[in-house]
Amino acid sequence: MHSSPLATIKNKLLFVACWLAWALLFVWLLYHWGYNWQASLVDMLASNALLAITSLFLINSLRYYRPGKSKYLYMLTVCAGITALWNSVIYFGVRPLVEYDVEYHQFLVKSMAVRYFIALLITGCITLMSELWYALQEQKETEIRRAEAEKLARDAELYNLRRQLQPHFLFNSLNSISALVHSRPEEARKMIQQLSDFLRGTLKKEENQWTSLADELDHVQLYLEIEKVRFGYRLHTEIVADDASGNCRIPHMLLQPVVENAIKFGLYDTTESVTIRIIARLEDNYLTLTVQNPFDPHTSSPRQGTGFGLSSVQRRLYLLFSRSDLLETNATNNLFTTTIKIPQL
Amino acid sequence: MIRTIIIDDEPLAREIIKEYLQSFPNISVVAECNDGFEGVKAIMHHRPDLIFLDIQMPKINGFEMLELVEQAPAVIFTTAFDEFAIKAFENNAVDYLLKPFSKERFEKAIRKWLDNRDAGNEKTTQALLEQAGESPLQSQRIVVKTGNRIRIIPANNIQYLEAADDYVKIHTSEGAFLKNKTMSFFEKTLNAQQFVRTHRSYIINIQLIHRIDPYEKESYLAILTTGAQVPVSKSGYMRLKTVLGI
Repeated sequence: MHSSPLATIKNKLLFVACWLAWALLFVWLLYHWGYNWQASLVDMLASNALLAITSLFLINSLRYYRPGKSKYLYMLTVCAGITALWNSVIYFGVRPLVEYDVEYHQFLVKSMAVRYFIALLITGCITLMSELWYALQEQKETEIRRAEAEKLARDAELYNLRRQLQPHFLFNSLNSISALVHSRPEEARKMIQQLSDFLRGTLKKEENQWTSLADELDHVQLYLEIEKVRFGYRLHTEIVADDASGNCRIPHMLLQPVVENAIKFGLYDTTESVTIRIIARLEDNYLTLTVQNPFDPHTSSPRQGTGFGLSSVQRRLYLLFSRSDLLETNATNNLFTTTIKIPQL
Repeated sequence: MIRTIIIDDEPLAREIIKEYLQSFPNISVVAECNDGFEGVKAIMHHRPDLIFLDIQMPKINGFEMLELVEQAPAVIFTTAFDEFAIKAFENNAVDYLLKPFSKERFEKAIRKWLDNRDAGNEKTTQALLEQAGESPLQSQRIVVKTGNRIRIIPANNIQYLEAADDYVKIHTSEGAFLKNKTMSFFEKTLNAQQFVRTHRSYIINIQLIHRIDPYEKESYLAILTTGAQVPVSKSGYMRLKTVLGI
């Protein structure tokens, strides 16, 4: 809700003072023209008070309902109607008060048309000014909202960058390369290549774009290959994708955090040989991705529901499809399973 | 001859340390370990002079492993990225190597250790572990050793802690375990909204309080849902009231 132009005490006083000055100006003018000053005082105070109330009504109505851009003719019509109403109230309500002064009474009746147009000019101006006031307020609010939205987007982007770069993974991989350089330079070179390709894929700014499952799996595979160099002797992977699923569409970098999660609990927190399994199937127009990893219930306790911090994946699926049933997790027999369903359009 | 053990879950990370150690013919690697459990056993068995210890490892981290070792050897820590650990190292002037590290940096660390050998190493290690215990992961669990078994006790399973000479007795549903730490250490590291020091010798898990009865002059007795009775001193009662919001 926009604030009214009369919200401050200063503006309220100014509003009342202007109307009072305006009314007294006319009393003084009529007195000079030779009319009864008492009758003109009653007339002017009553008429202008009514007009001030009419203006207040217009200012406030615009606060709650604005007819929209370029509907000036409509606003003029409303003003004309309301001013006509004001005119009739003066004719039937104020006129009888000055009937005792025949001269003034005659003047009042004659000036009805002039009064109407002066009043219309005033209400018209007030309406226009309010409209401009509210438009300015609206613009300011939009500006603030946009700035906030931009800040949120920036924060999210930074967060994503930090998360994607995974300092722990990166520095450990570099350490492995450092070891390989001396003993197995060919492998070191291969790993540099893989790490570069992986980082390049990560830095692609396509958070909101879609990619084919085949491409997403390639990226995941690069990641797993690097982890195999680090933990070769105990990491095994199985990726099974049926033929139909290869061309399926998937939001860019949606599978990656799920696999990272599987590695975090399946590999980083276990001491035995582990198998990470990724299965992709096309079923009833849904691409179903299943990621499985073993875990140790003594050191990490998966919660049911979103499970091991998969909430960002859940959130993204919700933003994309307005559904919260597309991610499921299940922990049985020391095996943690994450299932994502992606509707194919 | 200086005897050393390398504890790191990545084979290539151990390989590079062995490679760099070739420049020090008087240092021999007596064991290599894949995780903290193996590390504890190997240290007990070999009693090395120096260990190279990674922080992030499966099951228990490097700090938790050190807690389980009585008379810990000198340590050179190695880590890739762990903001909390690095802060602890810096505050306690402990030498650590950030992976990947150069040969020059590695040799500097070894020389520094050789120069300062036997200069109150134990004290810095204790202070370091005290700070490391405040990390989010470690404040949620306590790692203990009973005989040859290592147990990880989630904080939620702790009923109450009791001072026992140089040890703290940790009472859980699966029995009591001893840990060579101080009461103030646990008071500082465990979640203050769940664990309250009700007495000089007791810290209780307030989620298990069944009722609190008056007991003698100006002292109380907390009855836990398990039936255990834990003394509450006057000041402990005040602390308890603050946390419970009564």
